[in-house]
Amino acid sequence: MASSNSLMDSLFQRSLEDLIKGIRLQLHGESSFISKSLDEIRREIKSTDLSTKSIALQKLSYLAALHGVDMSWAAFHAVEVVSSSRFEDKRIGYHAIAQSFNDQTPVLLLITNQLRKDLNSSNEYEVSLALECLSRIGTDDLARDLTSEVFTLLGSSKAFVKKKAIGVVLRVFDKYPDAVKVCFKRLVENLESSDPHILSAVVGVFCELTTKDPRSYLPLAPEFYKILVDSRNNWVLIKVLKVFAKLASIEPRLAKKVADPICEHMRRNVGKSLLFECIRTVVSSLSDQETALKLAVARIRDFLVDDDPNLRYLGLHALSIVAPKHLWAVLENREAIVKALSDEDPNVKLEALHLLMAMVNEDNVSEISRILMNYALKSDLLFCNEVIASVLLACSRNSYEIIVDFDWYVSLLGEMARIPHCQRGQEIGHQLIDIGMRVKDARRELVRISRALLIDPALLGNQFLHPILSAAAWASGEYVEFSKTSYDIAEALLQPRTSLLPPSIRAIYIHSTFKVLVFSLKAYFSAQDSTSSPLVEESTNYVSSLVNAFTYESISSLVDMIELGLCSLSGTLDVEVQERAKNVLGFTGMIKHKIIEKVTSPESVIEASRAVAFMEDVFSEELGPVSSTAQEKVPLPDGLELNENLEDLQEICGEFLKPVVDSNSNSFSSSEKISFSVAKLRISDQLEASSSSSSHPPESASLLAEHRKRHGLYYLSSQKSDDHDDSNGNNNNTLNEYPPANEILADSFNPKKKMNQSKPRPVVVKLDEGDDIKMKPDGSSNHEPLSRAIQTALMGKGKEKEREKDNPERSLDSGTKEQSLRKDKKTKKKNGEKSSKHRSRRRSDKDASAAKPVDIVDFLL
Amino acid sequence: MGIRFILMVNKQGQTRLAQYYEWLTLEERRALEGEIVRKCLARNDQQCSFVEHRNYKIVYRRYASLFFMVGVDDDENELAILEFIHLLVETMDKHFGNVCELDIMFHLEKAHFMLEEMVMNGCIVETSKANILSSIQLMDKAH
Repeated sequence: MASSNSLMDSLFQRSLEDLIKGIRLQLHGESSFISKSLDEIRREIKSTDLSTKSIALQKLSYLAALHGVDMSWAAFHAVEVVSSSRFEDKRIGYHAIAQSFNDQTPVLLLITNQLRKDLNSSNEYEVSLALECLSRIGTDDLARDLTSEVFTLLGSSKAFVKKKAIGVVLRVFDKYPDAVKVCFKRLVENLESSDPHILSAVVGVFCELTTKDPRSYLPLAPEFYKILVDSRNNWVLIKVLKVFAKLASIEPRLAKKVADPICEHMRRNVGKSLLFECIRTVVSSLSDQETALKLAVARIRDFLVDDDPNLRYLGLHALSIVAPKHLWAVLENREAIVKALSDEDPNVKLEALHLLMAMVNEDNVSEISRILMNYALKSDLLFCNEVIASVLLACSRNSYEIIVDFDWYVSLLGEMARIPHCQRGQEIGHQLIDIGMRVKDARRELVRISRALLIDPALLGNQFLHPILSAAAWASGEYVEFSKTSYDIAEALLQPRTSLLPPSIRAIYIHSTFKVLVFSLKAYFSAQDSTSSPLVEESTNYVSSLVNAFTYESISSLVDMIELGLCSLSGTLDVEVQERAKNVLGFTGMIKHKIIEKVTSPESVIEASRAVAFMEDVFSEELGPVSSTAQEKVPLPDGLELNENLEDLQEICGEFLKPVVDSNSNSFSSSEKISFSVAKLRISDQLEASSSSSSHPPESASLLAEHRKRHGLYYLSSQKSDDHDDSNGNNNNTLNEYPPANEILADSFNPKKKMNQSKPRPVVVKLDEGDDIKMKPDGSSNHEPLSRAIQTALMGKGKEKEREKDNPERSLDSGTKEQSLRKDKKTKKKNGEKSSKHRSRRRSDKDASAAKPVDIVDFLL
Repeated sequence: MGIRFILMVNKQGQTRLAQYYEWLTLEERRALEGEIVRKCLARNDQQCSFVEHRNYKIVYRRYASLFFMVGVDDDENELAILEFIHLLVETMDKHFGNVCELDIMFHLEKAHFMLEEMVMNGCIVETSKANILSSIQLMDKAH
């Protein structure tokens, strides 16, 4: 490949500049040039001359950074280059290392010594190179080995070096928490430094540390406070504010003390970034402080009307933080928010939308929805769907808590279906059905809307609307008694364009047609027999309005139409559709000639009406929502024990459940073994029954034995299968006990009434109460050794002796702990509790906070 | 961790400088750069300088033909980062004298150097132009 190299090429190495120029000159085929250069580099880098090597490495770094070339194979060469005494080479080497090394690089350990040498060097630039490199690639081992060097550097007289050492400290602490014992004191000393750059670096480090674990740094609050008040450097102040944001959220007294200086800063003419940080701190952690909050909200308002879109976005963002607790702030700025809905920037629009949704309540829900629907119509696809989604979410929260007028809401859902960009058909359809099931009073309107949706042929073509149509079809069928003209519905359900629907939805359509048919027939027959039976009068409430509608002609035309519509489907490929079509056709076939014969023989009419009554019965039972806790409410029948933990089985059948160790047992045939064990079981059974008041009724044991006898072939020799079968056995028992859905409905019925509305809010059936998501405990276990170390460092500042005694113990503890840290909280606690000296510090949170007030109170009050 | 990465990308989407403060594999880096560049290049001047991407924010600003993009954590102060970007550009301007894209391309290590002075471990540690430039100049003289 490289045979075409001229003499010139092989004599002179291309520098990085040449390489770059070369790449730029390539109009096309850049990759071939790069691969050629790569080959060159591979040759050059093996050279023994360090300067050649380093230039090759430099080129390689360049290619890796910008052209995605892998340079991990050059790791060892990088190590060699770094060992050069020339600064230039060192720089290149360290840069390459920082860029390409990671935890998996095998030669990582080789640079430890080199780093150490450079860290101890008198040349501050070499030191800085090493520090920089360490900060980028520091691993646990490196951090541990080089802690003492970093410690020395933290006390260096050269500010340049000190600053960088501070920067590195963060990484070292992260990887090797024990470094805290060594370095923390110096770090804290630097908080009092007069050099603003050092200060900035230190505060930056603390900012990061506090984010992870605020409680440990609470004792340092006084120092931070001093900085907050004295400093005029924006960067430093921003960081300190962040620190306080975290501290104040866990220590409310701190919030009070800090509010004043922050207000001062807000009143001064400071840069926008600092102002924003003040605002953010106030709204997130100090929202209880009245003056501060009012001032912050005033400033937010300035942001909202600013020309700069950045500021508008940030203003909205800050408002959204404060919204949950202080809705007044959001309401005050209502116009600005609505204006922001039509902003150019999608981020701004989204923020405004979220804020608007936070404002929504019973009274303004219709107004806000109106505004939002108008915006949705005007907007692009993404925003339109965002709007729809958030309206759906807000309205359906807590089982439609904020909706009073369900008729309006159902018509809104229908409207949403007509928005061109709408892609939320799934949710809309779901809500339509949900409301139908839960809110009886809304069913009439629901059927009306469904009819309108079903009739419109244009909607069938839009695949996003299919879930809505399916819901509409289902609702029309289920609540057909609320409809005025069932013929229209049936016609709509069978229109030719329904062929555009997927088979599953078509099946729903056909089934709904069936329900409509049955209902119409029932109406027809009861109209005919209105004088004969008293039972019929009950159902004439709904039917009476239709009595006039159904004459012989209309009912037979209905049946004809249905037959015609479904005939073509009886030969479709989809089995579900075909089956349902055939079902309906079978029914109509049976009914039809009975209707025709009506005039001639009354018996056939009675037959027909009986058949219809039977079908109507099938459809009459109401489907309702079932609570998710329904299973738990099933009362346990006596004598049945339901245990999650089946270890108790050991007591009953322990001998048979032990894994077979004996190799001789293989010679036994399985059936022999089973019968042997069953016999044993019976014996132990009787023994148990006679002896103690054992918690296990003999029933379960004998059931188990029975089952085992019958299905011994399927039993494994271990315990697991017994668990399975036991649970199966349990299931068999409870299956009969499970009450039908409607019963539970009655039990957990929870009516809601609003007295002061002109129209009473319809009853919404809610079943799931208090679906609280349990907050998981914070994953602070990751930082426990670090925080513990810091706490000891802070509290035991003066107690040198005690710490030294504890050191060997603790380093042992933390060493082992680090390994099992993320998995085994229990053993960690156990390890900790071993030494009594530490017990007071073990429950570090409680004790620390108990100890801390002593420090803080003196200062704060 | 504050700052996650810093990118300088030109209008054609070619990366001129990439500095990462957390380890990502080569494919991840390329994918990330591609996505972010596409997002930022698609925006116009009336829109704000912040873009949300996955679980962090990108703060960006265009200077002539180059986009400066900084990926930060969610709780970072965006305006401060904008100021940081401006500071970076000003520093480079002072050092190179009327900096342009080519300067960065040919003196990439100097640009890296400047960044290393200013940001360590994802935190901004140096904000004074004078300090940054003096140490760079001294380092150049040192070898």
